[in-house]
Amino acid sequence: MTAETEEAEWARLMLRIRDDRDAEAFAALFREFAPRVKAFLMRSGSTATVAEECTQDVMATLWQKAGLFDPTRASVTTWVFTIARNRRIDTIRRARRPEPEDLAWGPEAEPEAAEIVERQQETDRLGRAIAQLPPNQRALIERAYFGDLSHSEIAAETGLPLGTIKSRIRLALDRLRHQMT
Amino acid sequence: MKHMTITHHLSDDLLMAYSAGALPEALSLVVATHVSMCPDCRAALAAHDAVGGAVLGTCGEAELAPDSLEKTLARIAAARPETPRPKRDDSLPGPLADYVGGSLSQVKWRALAGGVKQAVVPTDRGATARLLYIQGGVAVPDHGHRGVELTLVLQGAFRDETGRFGPGDIEVASDDLEHKPVAEHGPACICLAATEAPLRFAGLIPRLMQPLFRI
Ligand SMILES: [Zn+2]
Repeated sequence: MTAETEEAEWARLMLRIRDDRDAEAFAALFREFAPRVKAFLMRSGSTATVAEECTQDVMATLWQKAGLFDPTRASVTTWVFTIARNRRIDTIRRARRPEPEDLAWGPEAEPEAAEIVERQQETDRLGRAIAQLPPNQRALIERAYFGDLSHSEIAAETGLPLGTIKSRIRLALDRLRHQMT
Repeated sequence: MKHMTITHHLSDDLLMAYSAGALPEALSLVVATHVSMCPDCRAALAAHDAVGGAVLGTCGEAELAPDSLEKTLARIAAARPETPRPKRDDSLPGPLADYVGGSLSQVKWRALAGGVKQAVVPTDRGATARLLYIQGGVAVPDHGHRGVELTLVLQGAFRDETGRFGPGDIEVASDDLEHKPVAEHGPACICLAATEAPLRFAGLIPRLMQPLFRI
């Protein structure tokens, strides 16, 4: 199975959780994502014990907040990342994380299947773009998202996000803008 | 809060730092509030979040505890319903409303010098946030600052050396920009401001008052 169809499959599982509260779909996503979340948290500096606790918390949140998942706005991987990041701030840094409120998007259009596929593929394309970066640039991006760099360190690395990542972000942005207006 | 024309936006490094979870709470609050008002920055943030997703997707897998799934299901079963948020009206964007009791009318203002009021918004250390109320035509005291200062206009408008800032606009000032914001004539200008380090006023008397007012 290629990564692109994997993301599409995860989105289908996520929708079954969201719409049908499907426990089997949850168990399947748990097998895919819990080990990644735990690895992500350990790369962020957590001990295995704390990372395990926090991972369970993240996956429980995925179930509880499933109603907020919108496959036209984020891939499942991206959505899981935002939950893991927020739990990391909450439980490990013990700080509050103010979150944006949803904008009124105007009349709710029926999402197009193509949009959903596009969104689910974005993460994979970004992943490949990151993998192709020179090692030091790649390490910087990773460290930033593992929570290893402070804001001023991120700001000091001007040009971050770099090169291909930047053009990927631009593309993702243009598509999102187009979709949101 | 709809159909505003926003011309001053968040910088890429702030969006990335917010997406990565690297900002102190006060700066996060200003970013989240601007994003709540601005479709452009919301789209940009979604793209930065997608980079985070890609990093999560490529960082490998760690071995779980054998009973990890069971424990997670037990957590779900034991979860208590979320405590309801304070009642909000739409005088303030959601993330900010949550910090000040739900509405602009709940803000407890404290008068500073003539025509300026402020209310400190409690956040954790590392940066401070406050609401500013500046009467039309009145200047905010001259100040320089270390680190980043974010000023988001909620109502009214101000001008300084770098341009005009109306509702939804955010000024990102860093290091030693000495600027002199003046509220436009007309209705008062209400802003949410956050600074990484305490401000220092350029004038002597305001500097003496600084500890008193915690500005
Ligand atoms: Zn913006």
